[in-house]
Parts: sequence; structure tokens; C-alpha cells
Amino acid sequence: MSLDARAPRWLFSLPRFRGGAAQILALVLLALLIVFWLLLGDQLFSVRALQSMAFQLPELGILSLAMMVALLSGGLNLSIIATANLCALAMAWVLTTHATGAEGAMWVGWQVIAVLAGVAVGTIVGLINGFVIAYLGVSPILATLGTMTMCKGLSIGLTRGNVISGFPDPIVFLGNGTLMGVPVALLIFLALCVPVAILLNKSPFGHRIYMIGSNEKATRYSGVDTKRVVLGVYVLSSLLAVVAALVMMARFNSANASYGESYLLVTILAAVLGGVDPFGGFGKVGGLLMALIVLQVISSAFNLLNFSPFLTVAIWGALIIGVTGLSVLFESLGWRRR
Amino acid sequence: MTLAVSRPALSPVLQRFGRSHEFWLLAVILALCLVLSLATDSFLTLQNLFDLLTSNAFVGIMASGLLVVLIAGGIDISFTATASVAQYVALTLAIRYGLGWFAMFAIAGAIGIACGAINALFITRLRISSIIVSIATLNIFYGLLIFFTGGKYITSLPKFFRDGIWWFEYDDARGTPYALNLQILVLALAFLSAWLLLNRTNIGRQIYALGGNKDAAQRLGFHVVRLNFLVYGYLGLIAGIASLVQAQLAQSVTPTVLVGKELDVLAAVVLGGASLTGGVGTVFGAILGVTLLAVLQNGLVLLGVSSYWNQWFVGLTILCAVSITAWRDRRQRSMKSIA
Repeated sequence: MSLDARAPRWLFSLPRFRGGAAQILALVLLALLIVFWLLLGDQLFSVRALQSMAFQLPELGILSLAMMVALLSGGLNLSIIATANLCALAMAWVLTTHATGAEGAMWVGWQVIAVLAGVAVGTIVGLINGFVIAYLGVSPILATLGTMTMCKGLSIGLTRGNVISGFPDPIVFLGNGTLMGVPVALLIFLALCVPVAILLNKSPFGHRIYMIGSNEKATRYSGVDTKRVVLGVYVLSSLLAVVAALVMMARFNSANASYGESYLLVTILAAVLGGVDPFGGFGKVGGLLMALIVLQVISSAFNLLNFSPFLTVAIWGALIIGVTGLSVLFESLGWRRR
Repeated sequence: MTLAVSRPALSPVLQRFGRSHEFWLLAVILALCLVLSLATDSFLTLQNLFDLLTSNAFVGIMASGLLVVLIAGGIDISFTATASVAQYVALTLAIRYGLGWFAMFAIAGAIGIACGAINALFITRLRISSIIVSIATLNIFYGLLIFFTGGKYITSLPKFFRDGIWWFEYDDARGTPYALNLQILVLALAFLSAWLLLNRTNIGRQIYALGGNKDAAQRLGFHVVRLNFLVYGYLGLIAGIASLVQAQLAQSVTPTVLVGKELDVLAAVVLGGASLTGGVGTVFGAILGVTLLAVLQNGLVLLGVSSYWNQWFVGLTILCAVSITAWRDRRQRSMKSIA
């Protein structure tokens, strides 16, 4: 076997699942909307319901983008949540120790510095991940498992598990404010999707990420410095986690070592459901958006129906198996997917 | 490989061991133990050894099962959810119908096997990658469990279960009693059974072959689907058994306490040299991986380091270990390609 040691077998051993199925996803969404509409009536489309969906979607959305970038390159980033929490704590520390007493320009200045501190911490974590994965050749799962534990350990060690809370209004506004009825967090998420989509699909860097995800060796032999691209992938993934950190801490008006941990595996599900190939090389931001909307509709409708949030999680799990099952079924019926 | 031939074959086994992953791991563990024995009075005591074994039994037992799946070239992280379900159902039934040890373990094991079979079914029939399947089933098993149970604890366990087992009691000079408890017994049996399965059976060779090269294994006529059912079923069985061991130690059933530990177990097994690419890994290595993390955390506590820093050191150890391993592999490969 001359498979690259970095690419685990279970990523290669099976035919590629492209979830592809943006069509299937659209059908699923339509079916869900009809079922929930029959059960709930117009309540599902009320302004309040839509707004609460719009408030919840961005956190998972931004984190899923961070996961997606790593998945596209044929890797995985288990450290996104831990990175986000560490960055949030760094920002929260600067904000609570310096920004709260300051006046005027200094007050604004410290908030900018706080965000820069978060970006700096995120970049460092991304560089560590990228270096260990690209230059030392550690499998992405193991490397990011290590940095995940380290980041979380650092967060817990420094805060003793406590919460840092109480941020200036502009920061809180990012998570809780609305512009013309649309939550700012959603606007941030959408504003982030556009440059990420352009970066992935229109820039040389993006093309190289897809190429590496499809076939790293071939990409290397065609003259691409794959190591530098992979380094860039993990830095980008970390930077997206920083944005998620900002939105998350703004929404809760606090930061903690273990916020949002249950999102970790869900981001992988969302990405794969949205057509990102778990083996790398295929997937679009649009597909991810579609998957996020499906997940959010289920979650909100279940909430309106007073179902337990744990049932939502179970249904999310079943959904990915169901959608994959459908695409396998269609394939065996002779639907060739491209 | 050529070195071993050119030198006098005094002790090829020892020589091979000296270059293995396990050797370095063992050296690190021994060094750590030496430092801890010198630095603290409490590390090198029988009491501490028993505590270490008992409190790490769950991770150890799970590691022995996960190892088999990793060697077969798969991955499964749903086992903590499987264990939670098995634990809850087995003890609920045991309380309601007054069941004994055997029935309890049989129920937990059967539920584990069933969950493992579900994983194997999706992986082989739907041909989805095993990590995606197991993330999905983790959410399904766990979500349904909490949905149906409301996350309620079970505290009134049967008396014989709370008492556990206490075999071969031995009192030391100071009169402190030691005995073989359920945790240590099952831990030993789990590693023994994994060793027997992997090294002393035909199926074990097939599992290594499947993980090493699936296509070749298939062409040799191994029944790949059946093997997949076997390894995921085996991990499920082990998860069911481990869940009861954990419940006995905790003296209660909390449906939320196990999920979240899956990556700890994965880290321990991988530290022991098992490869995520399949075909590589030994039971001895897995034991060492679990031991390293256990001794490290125990040592930090004994040295008086605040337990808030535990995870940081564990993370650092994982990152260093996987980096050094990858770097050594790389060097060996490049040396081979020169020769």
C-alpha cells in the first residue's frame, strides 16, 4: 500500500459520498416544510420564529465553515470549538480588564485590541495545527485532537473553569442586535460566506485546497507547495473559529472554556450533509448553507412542537444516514451522479 | 530490516523490540514512574496502584475494544453512547425484574452488539465512511436515550451490584485491605480477550489483513462484510460490559456522564501506536497508551499540580507523542527509500 500515511484508510476504502445531492436536500427541505406547516400552521413562518432561527443559525454556521475548509483539503479540524473558546477568553480578558474602565477613544481602542488579541491567539493555534499536520506529517485527526485538548486545557487552567462576562455594548450588539429586523450575527455569517466562497472557488489558494483534497500527491508533483497550502488551510480554519468566538461570546455576553462543545461533531454532519466530501476535494459553501437551513428548520420546528432538543440531535443523526441512504438508493436505481 | 541480518542474531526479538514504538513508550512510562516515585511518597504504593487500575478501568476496557476496530481500518466514536444505552437499559431491567449478574451482563452485551451491528450495517451497506456513520449514530443513540429517559439518574441499584466483587482479600502490614474488584478483573479479561482475538485466532489475522489492505483481503477470500460486523459488534459488546463496570464504580447510572469520553479513549489507543490507517497496533501498545495517560494524570495530582491543568498536560503529551511518532516514521521511510 503506498497510500499516504496521513490519509486514514476509512477515508479511502469506500466510494466517495458527495452527499450530492443538493437536489435530495432540497426535496428533504420541501418535505420537512410541508410536514411542519401541516403540524404547526403559520406559526412556523411567523416573524418571531424566523428571527429565532436567524439568531441560532450563525454560530453553528460559522463553525461549520471552519470545519468545511479543513474537510475540503482532505483533513479534519477537531480543535475549532476549543480554539474558539480560547480566543473568546483572550478577547473577554482584554475587554473586562481594560475596556470596561476606559473612556472615549481608548474604549474603542481596547475593543479593537481585544479582537486583535483573539485573532492572534487563533493564528497561533492555526499555525501549530498546520505545522504539525503539513510539515511533521501527523494525521489531521490526531494533531487537532492534541491541540483541542491543549487549548481546552489552557482555557480551563487559566480560568479555573470560570466564566468571564460583562462586555461593552458594541460587542454585545454583534450577538444580540438587529439591523432592520435581521440579526447582526446572521449578517456577519452571510458576509463571511461570500468571501469564503470566493476564496475557495475563484482564488488559486482555493483551487489548490480542492486539488489537495482530491489527490495530494498529484498536486505536489504538479509543482504546488502543498505544505504551505495545508498550513494556510488550518490558519484559515482557526481564523473562522475566531469569528465564531466573537459571535458566541457576544450572544452569551460571556466566555467560558466549554461553550458550544456539542457543536463539534454536528459541524462535521452539517458539512457532509451539505455535500462536502468527507474525503476532501468536493463541496460548496452553498450546499453547506442549504444543510444548515435544513438542520435549523428541524430544530426550530421541534422546539415549537415542544420536543426535547435531544430528539432534534437524534433526528439530525438519522437525517445524514437517511440522505446518504437515499443517494445510494438512487444510484442503484441508475441515477448517475456527476 | 537489513540491519538485523548483518548483525549476529543474538537476540533478534529484543533488537526488534528496541526499535518499536512500544519500547519508547515503555521507556517514557518507566522514566515518569521513576521521577514520581522519587518525588512523592504516595506514588509507589499498592494503594495507588489499585486506585489507578480501578479508576482507569473504563477507559482501559474501551481501549481494548476500540483497538480492534482501528486495526481493522475503521473508526467508531459512538461507543460511549452505546455504553450509556446499555447501562441504562440493563440496570433498569435488572432493578425491575430482580436480575442477577449474568443476566445483567448478557443484556448489556446484547445491546452493545446490536448497536455495533447497526454501525456495521450502515458502514457496509450504505458505504458511508465509518467516522461519519459513528458520529451520526452517536447522536442518534444518545439523543434517543435522553429523550426517552429524560436524563434521569438511577441511584437505587441492587445491593449485590453495589457491593460488587471482592475476591482474594489481602491485608498489608498496616491492615489496609486490598482485593480483586470488578473493575480490575474485567480490565484484565478485556485485554486478555483482545490479545487472544488478535494474536491467537485466524480471525485476528484476518482483521490485521483487512486493515492493512482491504482489497487484498477481499481477493484472498476473506468475508469483509462479516469481519466488519464482527469488529463493530465486538466493540459494542465491550462497550456494554464496560458500561456496567463503570456504573458499579460510580454506584449510579447517569446517562450523560459517558458521552464526551470517546476522544479520550481514542487518544489513549493512538498513543499506544495504533494507526488510524488500519493494520497497525498491538494490545501491549494500547495498554501502554492507557497507562501513560493514567500515570501522567495521577502524577500531576500527587505532585500537587492543580487539577485544572490536567487537560493541558494531556494535550501536550498527545501532541508531542503523535509528532515524534510521525517524525520518526518519516525518517525511517526516507532512510528506506535511500537504501
